Amino acid sequence: MALKKQIQELHKRREEVQMGGGEKAIEKQEAMGKMTARNRINALLDKDSFQEYDMFVLHEARDFDMAKKVLHGDGVVIGTGNISGQSVCIFAQDFTVAGGSLGLMHSRKITKIMDHSLKMKVPLIGINDSGGARIQEGVNSLAGYGEIFFRNTLSSGVIPQISVILGPCAGGAVYSPALTDFVFVVEHISKMFITGPEVIKTVLGEEISMEDLGGARVHSEITGSAHFFAENEHECFEQIKKLLSFLPANNDKKSVKCCAKPPQSTYKIGDIVPDDPAMPYDVRDVIRAIVDDSDFFEIQKNWAANMVIGFGRMNGETCGFVCNQPLVLAGVLDVDSSDKAARFIRYCDAFNIPIITLVDLPGYLPGVDQEHAGVIRHGAKILYAYSEATVPKLTVILRKAYGGGYIAMGSRHLRADFVFAWPTAEVAVMGPEGAANIIFRKEISEAENPEEMRQQKVKEYKEKFANPYVAASKGYIDSVIAPEETRNILLHAIEVSGEKSVSLPPKKHGIPPF
Amino acid sequence: MNHHKSVHIRDEKPELKKLIIQGTTYFTTYTRKFENRRTWLKPDVKRIVSFIPGTIRQVLVKAGDTVKAGDKLLVLEAMKMMNTIQAPVGGKIKSVLVREGDRLPRGSVMIEFE
Repeated sequence: MALKKQIQELHKRREEVQMGGGEKAIEKQEAMGKMTARNRINALLDKDSFQEYDMFVLHEARDFDMAKKVLHGDGVVIGTGNISGQSVCIFAQDFTVAGGSLGLMHSRKITKIMDHSLKMKVPLIGINDSGGARIQEGVNSLAGYGEIFFRNTLSSGVIPQISVILGPCAGGAVYSPALTDFVFVVEHISKMFITGPEVIKTVLGEEISMEDLGGARVHSEITGSAHFFAENEHECFEQIKKLLSFLPANNDKKSVKCCAKPPQSTYKIGDIVPDDPAMPYDVRDVIRAIVDDSDFFEIQKNWAANMVIGFGRMNGETCGFVCNQPLVLAGVLDVDSSDKAARFIRYCDAFNIPIITLVDLPGYLPGVDQEHAGVIRHGAKILYAYSEATVPKLTVILRKAYGGGYIAMGSRHLRADFVFAWPTAEVAVMGPEGAANIIFRKEISEAENPEEMRQQKVKEYKEKFANPYVAASKGYIDSVIAPEETRNILLHAIEVSGEKSVSLPPKKHGIPPF
Repeated sequence: MNHHKSVHIRDEKPELKKLIIQGTTYFTTYTRKFENRRTWLKPDVKRIVSFIPGTIRQVLVKAGDTVKAGDKLLVLEAMKMMNTIQAPVGGKIKSVLVREGDRLPRGSVMIEFE
């Protein structure tokens, strides 16, 4: 009998905690289009798979009358569960409890589940919805953030770490997401910034809304701090599930093979790329003509769109795609696109995902803003990332591959395992127009009709150098292939590279141009 | 998979613009960031421009004054700091365009030299 009573007491306590900050706070949360922390977890995880821990944790703060305040679960929910049958560790900040503010015990719960995820080598998902540091807990709150950042860093490259921004995430709090692999944002709900609109107005006199300062669109299009944009929380959870399907549980493993299927017949690879190297096309159509079921999962779709990155499967195996996008800024390399590609290459390398590079670029973006923004330093990241990567590296040159851009985009010289080129490929030090202007400057300027002479010299250069055969004659390209052969040749190359093993010189770590 | 709207490249037929790279004109689209990039202007030593938004706390010179390089011209409060603005070169002040208490955005001309 006593036991029955005690069990009733347990249920009562659980129910109390599960009400978080209470009915009113929950109503307020839902009125903002936001789900509660536990509902979010249940929506994301497989049905009935969530196990919560540290439910009865309470804060120990005493200053500022905090002793009187009961904060259920100290404003965060932690636990383990499954997504599509795969184990994950998860935490979700509960905005209904003291605005999800981070105090010492709150942070200890998060670091507990982080330690668990690193030990068990399963992905970590963090749902952020917090007003920031719990001011009443002072330096303990700062310590809490620091402990989280430290663990994010140690886990980096060992387990996939995913951050979901479903509310405010301001000040120091933004650095945990920034240290993780993928950041998901939702329109009108996510807000991320270091200093908020109030401070900016007081100090600098600039007036800006939270949305314009650090809303979902800003981070998806301008800063590149977010990787996936969704219009509501449900869409966001579907994106997370899909992303995880491409990833291994940890860096000792390869992604689980699944869903092998030929590309859809609507994507005709031979009809996508125009002959004229100056005309654009959507490189994603080429990817879709290559990958299983034409299913390409794009990352950072709206930021630095001149570079396309994302995952697709090749006969069931996850591959990372790094591709110039001629449709946007002619596919040039610049500061942002270099950062975007370099980080993704390192991601693939860390998690044993082969890299397929599709090349079609005219070079680097000219401009004072680019030079002054440090395109040298940023551009160097791509060279570093490709050179360092030891996963299978397969490159297909579709059309232009000029100058430094040719070297950077997964060239043989950075140890691509296989380099293929379509017959439309132009591997040269620069485009025919630019090259002819320099090489034949004298002939052109001294000609009776300089324009006619220029055209003739451009034509000559084109015929001689604007093709894949010069590079192929030197072994820089392994095969010149027809577009229709691309998928099968890549499948073959992936198969051959399955047991690839190379090692880098022993070192503590390199010094990448961060 | 939902494909959400993208401002630039989801349009059925994007409006193509020109971009010249090493002598070749490419047809492509621009990003919002590219369209909003700042054009570079050569710094003009004869114009003293606010390097940060802030409030003018002191005006220490007037039109017609002759100053030498390093002389104090203004105090601009920004980011809770009193920034003393010094003359980058010596010369005669042509005009002072600010008064004490003025709040300035970044890049405002404050003083012109002759």
